[in-house]
Amino acid sequence: MGYFYQINFYIFGLLAIASALAFVTRKSPVAAALWLVNTMFCLSALYIMMDAQFIGAIQVLVYAGAIMVVFLFVVMLLNLGHPSDIADMRGTWGKLIAAGIGVVLLAQILVIQRQRLPRIVPDVEAPRNVITGIAQPLFNEYLLAFEVTSVLLLAAIVGAVLLAKRRG
Amino acid sequence: MINEALFFSAVLFTIGVVGVLTRRNAIIIFMCVELMLNAVNLTFVAFSKLYGAAGQIFVIFVMTVAAAEAAVGLAIIISIFRHRETVNLQNINLLKG
Repeated sequence: MGYFYQINFYIFGLLAIASALAFVTRKSPVAAALWLVNTMFCLSALYIMMDAQFIGAIQVLVYAGAIMVVFLFVVMLLNLGHPSDIADMRGTWGKLIAAGIGVVLLAQILVIQRQRLPRIVPDVEAPRNVITGIAQPLFNEYLLAFEVTSVLLLAAIVGAVLLAKRRG
Repeated sequence: MINEALFFSAVLFTIGVVGVLTRRNAIIIFMCVELMLNAVNLTFVAFSKLYGAAGQIFVIFVMTVAAAEAAVGLAIIISIFRHRETVNLQNINLLKG
């Protein structure tokens, strides 16, 4: 377990907690939802660092990609966001920081384009059979639960459509 | 590393509970519930490093239930909003329609 690994683990964990705190304290629901998305990305990084690569990918796809989009969609459908709080441009400090980061990124891209990069050989073998380890028990030991899940999803779809439908 | 993951998970769960107890916007309370589910998922993944892949399978099930719950819950919130024109839980205090 490398030192670098440990430090990154702490950084992502603390970022997740800081984003969660920002999420709970925001007034605007849109800003809160975006902070929660940040928390979920950090959690995904933690999953990947704990050898659960598939769960990390699913976390980004399902939580950050699907569930939070549904939340944002409902917030905007019900018109609950405060437009003044999420104005398009930030203040002077925001612009300065954005300009600084932009210059650094541009310089990095220019330097990389100039140099011929050495071929990178990973010193760690990419993990294999990541999905097999989950799929084997999922389709053998937990097959019944897996099938029941499909019934749950069907019930959820029917219920959501029925509840959100306008009476009339 | 498992100890740290459990610590992060506990803190995230507590933040979610505090959000549920202190916020009034129904949608934000719902997002806090999602945060609590995420914290539990982190615990599952941390323990799956010790006890094998069953924890990761549980995480998949938790995510499915969370997605279903989000769809149904938000539909309920939409229909309450149509009825009462608010999502503030202080104003929604009657079981009767």
